[in-house]
Amino acid sequence: MDSNLKKLSMQINVDDLLPASEQEKEYMVKMRPSTTAFQDGVRRLKKNKVAMASFIIIILITLSSILIPIFWPYKYEAMLGVTPGQPVDSSFNNLKPFQYSTSEKARIEAGESVFPHIFGTDSSGRDYFIRVVYGTRISLAVGFFASIIVLVIGLLVGSVAGYAGGMVDIIIMRIVDVIYSLPDMLMVILLASVLREPLGKAMEGTVMEKIGSNIISLFIIFALLYWVSMSRLIRGQILSLREQEYVLAAQASGAKAGWVITKHLIPNSISVIVISTALQIPNAIFTESYLSFLGLGVNAPMPSLGSLASDALNGLKSYPYRLVIPAIVISLIVLSLNLFGDGLRDAFDPKLNG
Amino acid sequence: MNPKTISYIIKRVILAIFTVWVVFTLTFFIMHAVPGGPFVGEKAISKAAQEALEAKYGLDKPLSTQYFTYLNDVIHFRFGPSLKQRGRMVIDIMGDGLKTSAKLGVIAAFLALIFGVVLGAGAALRRNTILDRIIMVLTTAFVSMPSFIMGSLLLVVFAIKLQVLPANGAASGGLILPIITLMLYPMAYITRLTRSSMLDVLGQDYIRTAKAKGVPAGKIIFGHALKNSLIPVITYFGPMLAYIVTGSLVVEQIFAVPGIGRAFVSSIINRDYMMIMGTTIVLATLIVVMNLVSDILYKVVDPRITLE
Repeated sequence: MDSNLKKLSMQINVDDLLPASEQEKEYMVKMRPSTTAFQDGVRRLKKNKVAMASFIIIILITLSSILIPIFWPYKYEAMLGVTPGQPVDSSFNNLKPFQYSTSEKARIEAGESVFPHIFGTDSSGRDYFIRVVYGTRISLAVGFFASIIVLVIGLLVGSVAGYAGGMVDIIIMRIVDVIYSLPDMLMVILLASVLREPLGKAMEGTVMEKIGSNIISLFIIFALLYWVSMSRLIRGQILSLREQEYVLAAQASGAKAGWVITKHLIPNSISVIVISTALQIPNAIFTESYLSFLGLGVNAPMPSLGSLASDALNGLKSYPYRLVIPAIVISLIVLSLNLFGDGLRDAFDPKLNG
Repeated sequence: MNPKTISYIIKRVILAIFTVWVVFTLTFFIMHAVPGGPFVGEKAISKAAQEALEAKYGLDKPLSTQYFTYLNDVIHFRFGPSLKQRGRMVIDIMGDGLKTSAKLGVIAAFLALIFGVVLGAGAALRRNTILDRIIMVLTTAFVSMPSFIMGSLLLVVFAIKLQVLPANGAASGGLILPIITLMLYPMAYITRLTRSSMLDVLGQDYIRTAKAKGVPAGKIIFGHALKNSLIPVITYFGPMLAYIVTGSLVVEQIFAVPGIGRAFVSSIINRDYMMIMGTTIVLATLIVVMNLVSDILYKVVDPRITLE
């Protein structure tokens, strides 16, 4: 304030002309080593507690869905009461959490240790805990691969439209407009209900059979319908980046198209691409569970979180926990993926914030 | 209205009509691509009987003829007979279902709008207080919960554990739980939308001007702030309807509501192709039209929005 007043009086402040003291020099020295944009983003992300907590939850859920089936003594498709050559032991069916069947009780009395059914068993005598773990694995895998498919197609179409421009761009973008305004869920249900039968026949005896026709049809649906917003985003990104001054500067100093693409366009749009792919995963998980719930998802006996929830509706009165468990897992996955995606967006691309 | 607005509206209407046509064509050809045609599920049917059935429903004619016949029928609201519910027309089944579903959907949308705006405005006006935090945490939770999970959980808690509300949608008061299930997601979304746009508006110069010239707080909130912060909410009308339509498919299934969503799902399970086609076309048209209306309304209401 004082110095401002002096400036207003037009008098020269003699102090300003003195050589800098050691203290002032030290103040001006850059104390931190220079950081890249990526390191900067990671630093911002680490500060975001909600995003980091979500990240840890995702990692924990993913790891346990991969590792637990390896050492768990029960298999997801094994009906425990059914042993070849013997009558079906129905005491295995519909066990409550930590209950044992008659034969298991006998084994415990005999001094054997029997691994507990933490979540009980379902109506066919399958260990429910391992089914939930396996369902989580399926749901995560479907979400991940569906997002990759969306990414690849969106990247290809979007960049072609962005680079080529002109007539190609106009035609592609009109197609995108129409697909974008299609009611996606209705189309998904329609395609899923129609595709499963011919696909199932076509895949008989191949490696694909194990994956199941419904999951493949789910991927086809994603490949057909969900690439549009990704391609729009990438096209817009490329169009705006092409007009940037540094691209012009590179071109003016004689850079080839390949150099501009690999050094300028791709590194600058990578954060947008990664973030929207991350935000696509919960969407895909959502869609998969929705379809499984309607009976159009994964093929039995393979479980997914949606089909587990759907199956649980039949015995809801006696076994409400069979619905609550997959419900909690699904909400936890979707919530933490969304929060982590938001955190990524805030950390790496403040421009996208909207 | 300026000519730019009019040309925008015309462009959007053409795109919407085109989209509906694409939906129709896709639906038609997807249905006919099914091997064996609509009667694939029928057991022990003789070849003669199958030919007779196909002749009766016009399935023996060339595909192009069938396409134009069906297009003409649909334009005149004739969706043909149901293949599984013998003697009933698709349009009648849909009409019965639509009455219930419309009631469900309209009430859910209306409540979502009212509660969403009130909660959103409340959160914005009491920014960074406990109230704001609670509202934001709850809406985040509602937004990440799929409707079928929300519906099933409500069913467990209120109909089975507490037994205060009926689980069956056809019973009296049976629509209460389905309505709550359907409204929570749009309500949470509108709350967040209203909150952020209200915060934006409250920082505008005209609010400060109004305060400076001594306009009472109530008048500022209702006359200036709320009115202007509702504009972005209009854009959500279309997506909200789309959500309610697809949400009602599972919600009607969970609560056994005799609506069009349940008819659609059971037609998929029963492979009633005439019914699937009819329902898809009707619901898709509804969604496209609602999106169109909300887009146009948005551009007309706010003159600042530039038209492409």
